Amino acid sequence: MTARRKEFHQRVEEAFANPQMRKSVPITQDNLRFGRIRAMEELKNGEAWREIASQIRNHTLDHLQEYVNELITNFEKNGGKAHFAKNGEEAVQTVLSIARKHQAKRVVKSKSMVTEEIHLNHALEEDGINVVETDLGEFIIQLAGETPSHILAPAIHKSRQEVAELFSKEAGRPLTDRTEDLTRYARERLRQEFLDADLGITGCNFAVAESGSIILISNEGNARMTSSLPKVHIVVMGMERVVPTWAELDVLVTMLTRNATGQKLSVYMTAISGPRRAGDLDGPEEVHLIILDNGRSDILESKYREVLKCIRCSACVNVCPVYREIGGHAYGGVYSGPIGAVLTPLLDGMEKNKELPFASSLCGACTEVCPVKIPLHHYLIEERKDLVEKGFLPKQERVTFQAFAFLTSHPLFYRSAVRGAGRLSPMFGRDGVLKKGPGMLAGWTDGRDLPLPAKESFHDWWRRQRGEKR
Amino acid sequence: MKASLFITCLADLFYPQVGKSVVEVLEHYGVEVDFPMGQTCCGQPAYNSGYHEEAKKAAEQMIRVFEGSTYVVSPSGSCAAMFREIYPQLFREDEEWRERAEKLAQKTYEFSEFLVKVLGVKVEAAFPATATYHHSCHMNRFLGVKEEPITLLNQVEGLTLKDLPYSHDCCGFGGTFSVKMKEISTAMADTKLSHVEETDTEILIGSDLGCLMHLGGRLHRQGKEIKTMHVAEVLAKGLKK
Ligand code: SF4
Repeated sequence: MTARRKEFHQRVEEAFANPQMRKSVPITQDNLRFGRIRAMEELKNGEAWREIASQIRNHTLDHLQEYVNELITNFEKNGGKAHFAKNGEEAVQTVLSIARKHQAKRVVKSKSMVTEEIHLNHALEEDGINVVETDLGEFIIQLAGETPSHILAPAIHKSRQEVAELFSKEAGRPLTDRTEDLTRYARERLRQEFLDADLGITGCNFAVAESGSIILISNEGNARMTSSLPKVHIVVMGMERVVPTWAELDVLVTMLTRNATGQKLSVYMTAISGPRRAGDLDGPEEVHLIILDNGRSDILESKYREVLKCIRCSACVNVCPVYREIGGHAYGGVYSGPIGAVLTPLLDGMEKNKELPFASSLCGACTEVCPVKIPLHHYLIEERKDLVEKGFLPKQERVTFQAFAFLTSHPLFYRSAVRGAGRLSPMFGRDGVLKKGPGMLAGWTDGRDLPLPAKESFHDWWRRQRGEKR
Repeated sequence: MKASLFITCLADLFYPQVGKSVVEVLEHYGVEVDFPMGQTCCGQPAYNSGYHEEAKKAAEQMIRVFEGSTYVVSPSGSCAAMFREIYPQLFREDEEWRERAEKLAQKTYEFSEFLVKVLGVKVEAAFPATATYHHSCHMNRFLGVKEEPITLLNQVEGLTLKDLPYSHDCCGFGGTFSVKMKEISTAMADTKLSHVEETDTEILIGSDLGCLMHLGGRLHRQGKEIKTMHVAEVLAKGLKK
């Protein structure tokens, strides 16, 4: 479908060659992360909230099949039609068959990561259907022909000037880069799309099993238009988005908005419990819910099951110092940042994404903030271990660590290696440091000077001073 | 009181003066320090890279070596976290070793944590300088040792300690990350160092030699004047004898 993906290191290089991204990402990241801190402090006992949210998600995963069944039953009771899709292909085909049945030519969408995951836009367009993204950020990157670079703020890497250029080209007239002008243009441009659309497609932040309701959370209101103006509304949801009852939803929404943008609540929260009923003023005539597995059942059975607790708040992305430097596109998958580094190899294949688990300094900032307590950095280490066990890493590395294991478990050899390094060191460096290391050391000395090993190690000093007692 | 020094491989090889400072400070406060000679490396490079069988070899050696100690004190938050947080997990399926690992975990302390929590010292040191402090990730997040080094440094006479903006953000060391992802690692160092420069201080103090080697190496490469020091060095240099 797409051309062969670029290698991770190449994507990182491209990120470093993009000064606008390098400037924009930290600014927005700061706004979001400091907003989060304030909002969580306001809650007072943030840690207790995290614990409860985590328990709710664990409980839901423990009974996932039951809750999904309950959701389907209630959703259909309300007059909707539920579909189950084993993989992306099935989900896409379901959407296409609904579109064909209604001879849909124009589709409006509100922001949804799961439709990115199954490459839905591409498939619709191949089928001759015009798709318009109606979330401002998504609209921008659709015009730019790019993929989202942040879970929440897909156009985080773009400047206002770049947006003005894109919009001017689309409008066929010059627009200023004032925010009001740009949003006004988008609003006018999109209004007609809403009215003309045959089909509206949304994702699903949560789905409440007890009432069969789909919950959409947004700040722009475009999700309501997408879900209510066209005659047919299709919801695509990952199967893990289900919530047992409204009481649990309350907790999770609180955690989602506060951790995402630092808001107490989003501007809009829409609950959709089915198609328009007799006497309703608006609403679609048909509502379809496509529940997507796409590898989730396998994850549920694995040691990585807790990754399915994710509520896509992006708090982990917003504190990640690696994301800060390289932005979202470098991750190469739909989801970026720490959650992407963990999830992409699980959904899209370990070997294909073998660099991602290493794209972390294991600082633990992500694990510290995750509102549902996913052990993100532990999972990264676990994935590294899987890569080692599957033999997906260079053989040379294994040999090196075998040597390491030998030295660290044989103190006499270890000590003489340390002593040897100390003896040799004056041969290499100048003014106490090594500027250009041989072999593997080059990885270090490319960016930093390396101190030379001390002439006398601590071990030797101690023995000389105090003798060898133990 | 008796305590065993766990020097860590970086300090042993590159920064023996940090080890000497630890010994000096501990002895000043009446601790009888011993140094088990069989110690090597905590195994973290292998563990974090996914080579857990190899890491276990190192871990077993360290568990054996420190089995007779009352307390184990280390000048590295990250290596102390390896003993305390990781070893018991590493052996979670092996009852005998897990128990031995847990015993080690319970008596292991990072240097500043030991001074504050176990010894409850009142710092007797003077060191006139301006400095800022970098919180290393593993010490801060995994060991939960946040305030102890600051508490100690604030008691040092003549030392002006300035707040480091974004002080809890990772410096980009990350063990093998620094080599495997060298561009990202170096970019993170530069971000961190730009904040250090904002403080306009002479010295960057830390509690992890990995971070200090990384940041110090970058400073040196760029020809910057800012010096890096370990907390133990600051306390030892200024000890009032
Ligand atoms: S992993 Fe946690 S912090 Fe990251 S997006 Fe998911 S819920 Fe939010």
